[in-house]
Amino acid sequence: MASNESDLILEMKNIDMFFPGVKALKDVTFNLKKGEIHSLMGENGAGKSTLVKVLTGVYQKTNGSIRFDGEIIEPKSPKESQEMGISTVYQEVNLCSNLTVAENIFIGREPRGKFNQIDWQTMNKNAKQLLHDELGIDIDVTKVLDFYPVAMQQMIAIARAIDTKCKILILDEPTSSLSDRETERLFQIMRNLKNMGISIIFISHFLEQIYTICDRVTILRDGTYVGAYDLKELPRIQLISKMMGKEIKEDEIEAVVDKSVPEKENFIETDNVTVPGKVKDLTMNIKKGEVVGFGGLLGSGRTEIAEMLFGITEKTQGTIKVDGVEVSVKSPMDQMKNRLAFCPEDRKLAGIIGDLSVRENIILAMQAKDGMFKHMPRHKQNELADYYIDLLRIKVSDREQLIKNLSGGNQQKVIIARWLATEPNLLILDEPTRGIDVGTKTEIEGLAVRLAKEKRMSVVFISGEMGEMVRTCSRILIIRDHEKITELNGDEISTAHIMQAIAGDYHGQA
Amino acid sequence: MDKLKQFTQSSLMLPLCALAVLLLFNAIFVDDFFTISMMENGNLYGRPIDILYRASSLIILALGMTFVIATGGIDISVGAVVAISAATCCLMLGGDISGVPEHPFIVAIIAALCAGIISGIWNGTLVAKFKIQAMVATLILMTSGRGIAQLLTDGQIITVYYTPFSYIGGNIPGVMVPTAMIIAFLMVCLVVFLDRKTSLGLMIQSVGINPTASRYAGVKVTAVLFAVYIFSGFCAGTAGLIEGSLIRAADANNAGLNMEMDAILAVTLGGTLMVGGRYYIGGTIIGAITIQTLTTTMYAVGVSSDRLPAIKAIVILLIITIQSERFKELYRNWRLKKSKEAANA
Repeated sequence: MASNESDLILEMKNIDMFFPGVKALKDVTFNLKKGEIHSLMGENGAGKSTLVKVLTGVYQKTNGSIRFDGEIIEPKSPKESQEMGISTVYQEVNLCSNLTVAENIFIGREPRGKFNQIDWQTMNKNAKQLLHDELGIDIDVTKVLDFYPVAMQQMIAIARAIDTKCKILILDEPTSSLSDRETERLFQIMRNLKNMGISIIFISHFLEQIYTICDRVTILRDGTYVGAYDLKELPRIQLISKMMGKEIKEDEIEAVVDKSVPEKENFIETDNVTVPGKVKDLTMNIKKGEVVGFGGLLGSGRTEIAEMLFGITEKTQGTIKVDGVEVSVKSPMDQMKNRLAFCPEDRKLAGIIGDLSVRENIILAMQAKDGMFKHMPRHKQNELADYYIDLLRIKVSDREQLIKNLSGGNQQKVIIARWLATEPNLLILDEPTRGIDVGTKTEIEGLAVRLAKEKRMSVVFISGEMGEMVRTCSRILIIRDHEKITELNGDEISTAHIMQAIAGDYHGQA
Repeated sequence: MDKLKQFTQSSLMLPLCALAVLLLFNAIFVDDFFTISMMENGNLYGRPIDILYRASSLIILALGMTFVIATGGIDISVGAVVAISAATCCLMLGGDISGVPEHPFIVAIIAALCAGIISGIWNGTLVAKFKIQAMVATLILMTSGRGIAQLLTDGQIITVYYTPFSYIGGNIPGVMVPTAMIIAFLMVCLVVFLDRKTSLGLMIQSVGINPTASRYAGVKVTAVLFAVYIFSGFCAGTAGLIEGSLIRAADANNAGLNMEMDAILAVTLGGTLMVGGRYYIGGTIIGAITIQTLTTTMYAVGVSSDRLPAIKAIVILLIITIQSERFKELYRNWRLKKSKEAANA
């Protein structure tokens, strides 16, 4: 790894970072070349975000030096680092959802007219131009941001970042809410930026993506520097073992877990169910003891089907049968009584109750189901919480820890525990592994299959990552434009077939 | 030692300290502050009793307010509902000078409580069903409530001569403790029961922290919101009985005036945040007592009633500042610096 001093745009040396009582970064080195795409990898809590926040001035480092573009810098605030040319796009889009696209792009530096009034026309024109030229997107920039899906908002955030004439662009988990196709588009944009000489720091949990787009990788583990490597010379398995700090055999990761064998009986059936604008004429069934996947692009209607099944949205047409009996579904509670459970896609918004403890988060659904006056005594609550913390290997200091202080993976496990406590017959997992480290991800995939096999539970598994679906599902429903277009069974299930099916080129053997 | 540490870090620590400082001030500057004596008629008398007695209505209102605030809402109509409840009760009893009630006493009490509950249903409908912001929704009743009370009493101040009515605000003959204190105590018991022995507390907090996630977890968010406003209305109805009985009359313009603000203040002093989520029943009670202690202290040291609000504001400003996160942070940093200096030296 011989690199000339001169082609480094950024040199971070011996960075230490203390939080009260915790050493978050210990002697971390990070070098970034001009015009390269460099990945920062590590498990949750390894210090990736902390390092980025030191660079962008959100945190102030305790020790060490940062040399940017040949000069030593001490960024004190995100604004300062942005002015120097370091821009960041965070995992959660941090734009103003009720302002227009153009306003979002130019907020704080609006083009001014003669009387120092905001020149709206120029602003809208420039915004449109920018999105078109840099990103190849043509949208109405006068619509409010909320009007567009998350993926588009992410693109707009990137547009805003590039427009501030940046030299380094930091993308923190930008793809976790994007579909494969949108990710490909993002990669195209990243390659263009790279050709323009912009250096990109790319943080992602997706191995495939790292290998597709990045040149080099810096690996962190427990706040320490493991090393920087050329990705061409680093096999995947090596990368993972360096992240985890242990040797793993190739087949442990890639192995297709022993899949579930569905029973003959259906647990749930839908017949021509429609929810206006969300689900179109859906007829399908889920058998007992089966892991069914909903495959499709982001916004194809996967989540909407799950929400309909769970009673979050109400159908206007069609019938739903549970255990062969037609049921009326008006609210989640109706379906909870029918023994359905639903881990929603957006963990932060619809999953966790941040300021409540792990224990309270676990008992919540069960308590809601039992009603107000069947209060569980405290010692029972404790037992139950401890049981699931143990069963799912949730990493907590104790059960009274607030859930918002856990890592994403552990939060997800708590939400799963919340639903397992209601002893469901059907568990719907919507993007259960999004933004979660590799180890926990494998655990959750394994859990889905195990529940189906051992407890004869039906599981719906929704994920934008095809590999994950291929590994866990014994049947996949392909969803496009809010409609089920086909199903893949058993041996048919492969990444290629899913893609072809979504594209409409593969119609299954049935 | 562990117990002590647990206590110093508990949420009740600051409200209790504030109250303790106030009481200490009294112990030093006010003669016989803590003396409780028995009057000729067998009733207990003394400043501590006086404080608890006068704080009773406020405690009751603040209990209801605690739940409302925990859901992330607010109920600024409670003062007006106190007036409605008082007016209803007086109307039912009638102003007959011979002291004969128009309707049985129990009917009047139930009617007053129902008036409170109906007010709560109104607020709950606006907030839970029509999703109107709580401040705006309850503002409607806050402004119209006194008008409604006036309509009920035909714009007159009805004076009730029926003797048992005065028992609520005073003493039931033969009972040492003022009735208001007993009512407040029973309300506290009810709230503690709801908090400990049902899952209402869990539901309220989870709705206050994240309504969307609560709905996804099967919590009936609308029902919970409805319930807290109805309960707040019920509390206001109860407080209305006490306030009405104190002056034995329905005074639509002055009954419960500004009490909503004191109730909100009591809740905040107790450590419950206005954004909703975690609530502290104990804190609320202490907060309400602190406010009353402050008033009583001021009178005891001879502050005239026109200067009272200003002094009260200053003391409350101090308490609120000390409780604020920013102040705690400054204090922690200062401690850290001190300990570092000590280590260096």
